[in-house]
Amino acid sequence: MEIAWLIPLFPLLSFLVLLLAGRRLKEASAAAGILLTLASLALSVYVLIERLSGPTFKAEAVWLTIGDLQLTAGFEVNQLNALMLVIVSLVSFLVHIYSKGYMHGDERFPVYYAYLGLFTFSMLGLVLSPNLLQTYIFWELVGLGSFLLIGFYFYKESAKHAAMKAFIMTRIGDVGLLIGMILLFWETGSFEYDEIFAAVRGGELSGTMITLTAILIFVGAVGKSGQFPLHTWLPDAMEGPTPVSALIHAATMVAAGVYLVAATFPLFAASEAAMMTVAIIGAFTAIFAASIGLVQTDIKRVLAYSTVSQLGYMMLALGSAGYVAGVFHLMTHAFFKALLFLAAGSVIHAVHTQDIEKMGGLWKKLRFTGPLFLIGTLAISGVPLFSGFFSKDEILIAAWEHGNTTLFWLAVIAAFFTAFYMFRLFFMVFMGEARSHHKAVHESPGSMVWPMAVLGILAIFAGYVNTPWFGTFLGDWLVEGNSALGHGHVEGPAWIMIVATSVSLAGILLAYLIYGKRAISRDGLITSVPLTYNVLKNKYYIDELYHYTFVYGAKAVSLFLRFIELFLVEGIMKTVAALVQTLGKTGSKIQSGQVQTYGAIAFAGLAVLMLIFALTGGYL
Amino acid sequence: MSNIPVSAFLALALILFCIGLYGALTKRNTVIVLISIELMLNAVNINLVTFSKYGPAPSINGQVFALFAIAVAAAEAAVGLAILIALYRNRKTVNIDEMNQLKH
Repeated sequence: MEIAWLIPLFPLLSFLVLLLAGRRLKEASAAAGILLTLASLALSVYVLIERLSGPTFKAEAVWLTIGDLQLTAGFEVNQLNALMLVIVSLVSFLVHIYSKGYMHGDERFPVYYAYLGLFTFSMLGLVLSPNLLQTYIFWELVGLGSFLLIGFYFYKESAKHAAMKAFIMTRIGDVGLLIGMILLFWETGSFEYDEIFAAVRGGELSGTMITLTAILIFVGAVGKSGQFPLHTWLPDAMEGPTPVSALIHAATMVAAGVYLVAATFPLFAASEAAMMTVAIIGAFTAIFAASIGLVQTDIKRVLAYSTVSQLGYMMLALGSAGYVAGVFHLMTHAFFKALLFLAAGSVIHAVHTQDIEKMGGLWKKLRFTGPLFLIGTLAISGVPLFSGFFSKDEILIAAWEHGNTTLFWLAVIAAFFTAFYMFRLFFMVFMGEARSHHKAVHESPGSMVWPMAVLGILAIFAGYVNTPWFGTFLGDWLVEGNSALGHGHVEGPAWIMIVATSVSLAGILLAYLIYGKRAISRDGLITSVPLTYNVLKNKYYIDELYHYTFVYGAKAVSLFLRFIELFLVEGIMKTVAALVQTLGKTGSKIQSGQVQTYGAIAFAGLAVLMLIFALTGGYL
Repeated sequence: MSNIPVSAFLALALILFCIGLYGALTKRNTVIVLISIELMLNAVNINLVTFSKYGPAPSINGQVFALFAIAVAAAEAAVGLAILIALYRNRKTVNIDEMNQLKH
């Protein structure tokens, strides 16, 4: 575990090498990126295996000394970190391979791989950080990486705007995190997680302060994890290349918010109000985003809203003291959502459109992508025996056992929505007849299929590390030696599992009736509730609301400040300039070249001086 | 000679200086201006000699200084007139108010 600090350095090396030599390497950049990420992955797996039996490892060195204060930097390998390392490096590695096929022929191929390296480095650095300050540094680096990747097609106006939107929206959250961090430092005199938790346990912080700092940190997580009300950047971020969506918007960056809440969980656990906030925001986001996902027609946007919704689930779990459930779902979601995004990328690669209205009947044409997409869909819908089933079940049990009955039912409805819109997507893309003519639809190359296959296997089996039937290995391991994190497994009533299964099957059935068998008319449904349809279609008009309030507000302020600048600041400046200029002009007029005038003035001046001297006696 | 008061010498110097100044500032002909400057120099010389003889600390220094001033003034007049002649050759004028090239 002593060598865990090397893990983030491989992608960083990849970034530097490709930055310097990318032009010469051309498409061989992929090999460099893949090999270096593979090194990270191998090392992460090694560290995880070592951590399974060994204790938490932490190494730190003094980084800065300011007066009496010593800031440290280092790395820590605890259960959560070790697990995250493997998730991040695995998904990143698979995305690296997948991109080789997907980005083939792109002019800026090496740049793309360089950005991937930078992003992976930041994310791995983030999960290794033992203190808030270091976390914050990598947190911002992750933001930068995602900005670069979302705006990769910067010549497209929409991609440019999406990148800026993602950066600004997450930045709003980051301000909360920064303030929370500073407050914690002010109260405890340390950025170290351990010392902060010790202070919380020891009752050094007042209850209000704990709640305040926890909520401020949560604000940062809300921005990064696309929770309501800062979720609007995530669907727009689909402008980036599809493998990027799989990496950033499934497994890593958006998971960073959940990870942050999980990493600071003892702080949240100490405040009932903060937990309640997290749970409510999570549950609301889950159902809110799921309902938007019901009517979207862009394949990636549906997946984006489903990501927002699933992240809401994780927050709900964490807010309901279900630490294990949240982290467990984070893991399974990383696999099946990355799979879904990659499969969607494969579909887009084949038909060159993202509009599901124009797809259909692709099952026979995409021999591998179709079944893999189905696996991802089954997993996210919570169909029994797939990974999503177990983690979702854990979350529902956590919500129920924590006494959040309302939130529990919200989550159940969201699960129904999830199953419905995911199968709507599946039926519209793969079943039925092609609704639009696509020439030469062909399966993606092997470099794209194999990563999906690996994720497909994980999407099925990743859930078995923590099940009520075969033992709760993951849960027991995660909370081992840390009572603040709660129990490894929470026993819940058996009917919850039945309810969860039946709602997801009901969602699938309904989707089948509407989109598969067409027993229920789609248009009839739309026309029967036109208002609801329009509200959902327009994403509850949140973007418009922000546009007319915050964007216009900011514009009004900037206009006002511009007028201040124009008339006040520049006015003063111009007056001063004009004054000096006039003085100069008058002065130069006196300089007429008439020597006698000069002489006369000089003499008059002398006379005046003499007069003053005579009158005052030389003592002024 | 010793019964002439100091003020008389000073008054002479003052009058001479004022005449010189008036001439230097008002005459259009540059030659006259140069002559007026000589008058002013000589007024100064009178002052120097006066204070050298009747000042609070009489010594020969002031008179020597006056001799220097006369010598320098002679050189100055020579140079001044030479410049004036060069100017006249170029500009065909000796009027000082037309020599206003050195301005902004």
